[in-house]
Amino acid sequence: MDSKFQGQDQTLLQQGHSGFAADWSSDQRVFKGVSWGKAMMWILLLSDTFVFACFLAAYMTARSSTTVDWPNASEVFALHIGGHNFPLLLIAIMTFVLISSSGTMAMAVSSAYRKARVPTALLLLATAGLGAAFVGMQAFEWTKLISEGVRPWGNPWGAEQFGASFFMITGFHGTHVSIGVIFLAIMARKVWRGDFDGGERSWLSRGNGDYEGVEIMGLYWHFVDLVWVFIFAFFYLW
Amino acid sequence: MTQTARTAQTRAKAVVDEHGGQQHPIRLYLLVWGLLFVLSAASYLVDYAGLQGLLRWTLILIFMILKAGLIVAVFMHFAWERLALSYAILLPLLALIGLLVILYLEADYTVATRLIEFGSR
Repeated sequence: MDSKFQGQDQTLLQQGHSGFAADWSSDQRVFKGVSWGKAMMWILLLSDTFVFACFLAAYMTARSSTTVDWPNASEVFALHIGGHNFPLLLIAIMTFVLISSSGTMAMAVSSAYRKARVPTALLLLATAGLGAAFVGMQAFEWTKLISEGVRPWGNPWGAEQFGASFFMITGFHGTHVSIGVIFLAIMARKVWRGDFDGGERSWLSRGNGDYEGVEIMGLYWHFVDLVWVFIFAFFYLW
Repeated sequence: MTQTARTAQTRAKAVVDEHGGQQHPIRLYLLVWGLLFVLSAASYLVDYAGLQGLLRWTLILIFMILKAGLIVAVFMHFAWERLALSYAILLPLLALIGLLVILYLEADYTVATRLIEFGSR
């Protein structure tokens, strides 16, 4: 058998918009050069985008339909350090931690495709560690706000919908980060054990040196970072 | 035995050939990583400097779109995927414009009725 599966030679495919039309009108499969695992992850992320978009749209509706002033996020999320007031400091640190984790994830995918087993495992572990740090800081933030009297039905500074929006949006995002951390840890362990190099298929790995599972994990993780970009802009900075 | 091993190896190569195996220079990843840091710092500075009004919103949106674009294009490899996949994921998002417009109009109506019922701010 030739190295090309089912006559799928990448170099023979049409490019650009004629390629787009040809792919969608072709037999057997639309997403050429994309495994079913990656295609399904993208479709999951598309549906997840709609979920987060619904939360942000609901937040927009609540914020623009209230007659009471919206609490000033810059002051609400400020930290007092050494008698100085830093606006949004914790959120800024969380943003940098999450971006760093996206960076280590990209490096993990890159080393996975070079089949560098140990660096891949360590980079995945570093990504999981940064993700865990993010969730930890979010837990601190929630604790701080709850102790200051923020509830889903009210808060000391203004519009009552602030608490509900805050807990729903950051809570759902934090859940995604937590799930990501769990799967990153599982992935790191599987890479470390050599599941991706062996001849056996297993859960999340196809063996035979096929490291695409790491890239699919990466898609999920970058998506979590992507959602935070929008939350940071619309909820914390707006 | 060696026959099976060789078959497995050929199959593995075929599978990797089939999905392309996204391999890109590490320098590109590091560059994007750096840019994301700079853009995040810039959007934080918008708040730190206390900019308000249209300037603030414009800057926040520009930095947000640039960051999102870099993540999707480079980190998630959309720059190298075929259009069949990119369009299948990106075009459905246009429906969100409709959702946002409808909800914005609805919010406008709600705030107007609230002001009439409960008085001014």
